[in-house]
Amino acid sequence: METSAASRAQPSPRETLDSVVIRFAGDSGDGMQLTGSQFTTATADAGNDLATFPDFPAEIRAPAGTTYGVSGFQIHLAAHDIRTPGDAPDVLVAMNPAALKVNTKVLKPGGLLVVNTGAFGKNNLAKAGYDVNPLEDGSLDRFRVLALDITKLTLQSVKGIGLGSKEANRCKNMWTLGLMYWLFGRERQSTIEWLHRKFAKRPLLAQANIAALNAGHIYGENAELPHGIGAYRVPAAKLEPGEYRNVSGNQATAWGLVTGARLANLEIMYGSYPITPASNLLHDLSRLKHYGVTTFQAEDEIAAVAAAIGASFGGSLGVTGTSGPGVALKSEAIGLAISTELPLIVVDVQRGGPSTGLPTKTEQSDLFQAVLGRNGDAPLVVLAAATPGDCFYMAVEAVRVAVKYMTPVMLLTDGYLANGAEPWKIPDLESFTPFPVSFRNDPEGFHPFIRDKETLARPWATPGTPGLEHRIGGLEKQEGVGHISYDPDNHHMMTKIRAAKIDRVAKDFPTASVDQGDARGDMLVVGWGSTYGAISQSVRTLREQGRKVSHLHLRNIWPLPEGLGELLRSFGSVLVPELNNGQLVKLLRSEYLVDAESLTKIAGQPFRISELVEAVQERLNRSLQ
Amino acid sequence: MSPNPPKKQYARKDFSSDQEVRWCPGCGDYAILAAVQRTLPSLGATPENTVFISGIGCSSRFPYYMNTYGFHTIHGRAPAVATGLKLANPDLDVWVITGDGDGLSIGGNHLLHVLRRNVNLQIMLFNNQIYGLTKGQYSPTSQVGKVSPSSPLGSVDQPVVPTRFALGAGATFVARSYDISKRLPEALSAARTHDGAAFIEILQNCPVFNDGVFDLITGRKTGPAHQLWLAHGQPMRFGTDGEKGLRMSPDSLTLEIVTVGENGITEDDIVVHDETNHSLAWMLTDLPGVVALGVLYREPGPVYDESVGKQRALAEERFGAPDLEALLRQGHTWTVT
Repeated sequence: METSAASRAQPSPRETLDSVVIRFAGDSGDGMQLTGSQFTTATADAGNDLATFPDFPAEIRAPAGTTYGVSGFQIHLAAHDIRTPGDAPDVLVAMNPAALKVNTKVLKPGGLLVVNTGAFGKNNLAKAGYDVNPLEDGSLDRFRVLALDITKLTLQSVKGIGLGSKEANRCKNMWTLGLMYWLFGRERQSTIEWLHRKFAKRPLLAQANIAALNAGHIYGENAELPHGIGAYRVPAAKLEPGEYRNVSGNQATAWGLVTGARLANLEIMYGSYPITPASNLLHDLSRLKHYGVTTFQAEDEIAAVAAAIGASFGGSLGVTGTSGPGVALKSEAIGLAISTELPLIVVDVQRGGPSTGLPTKTEQSDLFQAVLGRNGDAPLVVLAAATPGDCFYMAVEAVRVAVKYMTPVMLLTDGYLANGAEPWKIPDLESFTPFPVSFRNDPEGFHPFIRDKETLARPWATPGTPGLEHRIGGLEKQEGVGHISYDPDNHHMMTKIRAAKIDRVAKDFPTASVDQGDARGDMLVVGWGSTYGAISQSVRTLREQGRKVSHLHLRNIWPLPEGLGELLRSFGSVLVPELNNGQLVKLLRSEYLVDAESLTKIAGQPFRISELVEAVQERLNRSLQ
Repeated sequence: MSPNPPKKQYARKDFSSDQEVRWCPGCGDYAILAAVQRTLPSLGATPENTVFISGIGCSSRFPYYMNTYGFHTIHGRAPAVATGLKLANPDLDVWVITGDGDGLSIGGNHLLHVLRRNVNLQIMLFNNQIYGLTKGQYSPTSQVGKVSPSSPLGSVDQPVVPTRFALGAGATFVARSYDISKRLPEALSAARTHDGAAFIEILQNCPVFNDGVFDLITGRKTGPAHQLWLAHGQPMRFGTDGEKGLRMSPDSLTLEIVTVGENGITEDDIVVHDETNHSLAWMLTDLPGVVALGVLYREPGPVYDESVGKQRALAEERFGAPDLEALLRQGHTWTVT
């Protein structure tokens, strides 16, 4: 916890913090995700900047009390601008021994540990792999421990409401939330309203949960807390004026697709097969039927993309969303969309791989698959969102590029962006320039593969249009007329044209520029995707230390933006941190012949700011020697 | 222009593309193509509203020869592409062209789902019991023992019965015909009139890799004894002189071939065809010694693309006009000043 000097000068009943990182951890059934999201809403209301990181197991309900069933939710809140959910938590709420076991190694020394002793029975200790109760053996002495029998306190608070013991016991997350609200000076009102809505049909449950929430809060007010544990305030951050909301990456992607389709004057046909962590896109879009959205839960990944391609042929915007394994299955069909030059959007919410990999953990290891992963020379456009809110803008951009160039576009997000939330300034929709599609309807001189001279896009002629009857397919086509052609020179030319069309999209992208720092210096840190926050924050720290480091973040992965090669060569060294085994770095090295160095992390977890800062420092110090 | 221009009368040539047909000489596909090109104008189809969607294989070249919209997609996936197209534009008249390998092997999953969803389109499955385009390997409908480049000692795979697969998948229309049959247009017409997914198996001769495999059924001399033409409400009679028929065996509750006038069998013993009887259709898929042709099963059900459209209309009615500004503000928002 960063304590500001100002707060010490003005004694107050609450200690003022500039920022704090809190992690809620418990059993998958303990309701930690709900607790975390409620704390998030209350924190947004308090005017803090914030970032969140839900971290949950792949099992829906792993055996209770085990370490692999631990579900966590981390929130970073601050009185200033922040960009990541924080490195190590300052505060850990551990609802059972397994949650403690999994998280003690990340809690900062001196950090506040709130423990539910009621869950520290012999059985739970054994399930978590503790021979001795860690609350009694001194192993937690480096933390400030607030050990409470939350189970018992919760049961007392809901006594007399008439719940069964199981239901009463399940209110303990709300008791804990109440205590946390008091500790950090948050308002309870939004949660109370939410509980009324959630349990509108079961008023007893609403009553009990609210009673538990209030009891936790009152406990904080009245109890004599151990020495060194007090109440805190985190003042509001100075955010850009405007209307804000919290948004997760998947939500923002769904809304961006709908907005993009509106700007293109198209309806959406979203074909998808449920897959973690992309399913929420299907859920969100299926609720937006009145926005011109048709959703199709297909029999498999291939059918999902094939239906999207069929819909694009018919004049809708075909979109499919999935994760890495799904993209692998869709590869042949994506090649068909490339060959027939139809617009198509493929959203890849990346997760740990290969194969089934780590379904609920984040990773950036589909970059090669996106750029290169198809049979034949099969180029398409690849975009990558940098933050949850950026998913909105990149989804709009994906639609714009797909319809303008008649090409598939792959939009890369990942599990961290998809599930993480951040305060998001609601965009001004008027500021987007519409790009309405004009379908071909004039039979005069029509051929399906006659191209626009500027974009090289072919005309979009849809079934139902008199006089434009034509056939398309995955066989090679004769340039212009589009008939099947096995002519060697024609195939050579068509391959070159397909590549040239995608290359031209680069002219439509902003030229490469640094996000932070100067256009030359000792080191350029090049990132892409969800590592934006961590890289940005670490480069800021390094620059404050006087290091000549800059940050460039790629949102256009393919084609790469113009001017990138010159920028890369303007720095003494180039470091490419990625949550994979080094993919963008190889692309940059092969495209620009620069000696870019890779920094990899393949742990299913985002980069910590500290590890990036140290990695850069170490390299810069080495080059000075 | 007059307010009601006379409807253009289309002819076979209006449905024929300028592309040279490249099937092997003598291929059954020629006859099927001709039947389709002849039949469509008589059904009031227009080239601009008609779409042929195929997968991969000999049969899947079909769209190139039709002067309609066409999409030669990837192996086995035509039903999924067609489903997406119908969702984008339900007014189109969509025909899926597939084969025994494309539809029942690599694309079996999609065939299952397009049928059970009952998407409003027609599926023509050309069954030649062989992989033609890859030069003659046994297919999922090849008979056990089929000697081929990949089964030199004969195939040991049990074949799938396409019409049985379709019925099992929940198809609402199942018919069977053969390439050179004069009655193929009847099946095409019935399929096009049907609301929902209409499945037609078309027995098709491959003169290069599986020549004559259906000769007994389609031969001029042998045909009558092996073809049972179904007609709704009519007794199931066949044979050179119509002397044979199908009777429900009281012992096994299966259909058996009998001769009217022999062993005390009369016309009254012959089962009358009922297109809406699923159990009967099931038995007709695979009869010993005779092949049922025509409409085996027809029982309309909810149509997928219509149901999807209704749900969208319902959402529009319930939630009102789309409002992106409101969408981005749903839930909790706050203002920073």
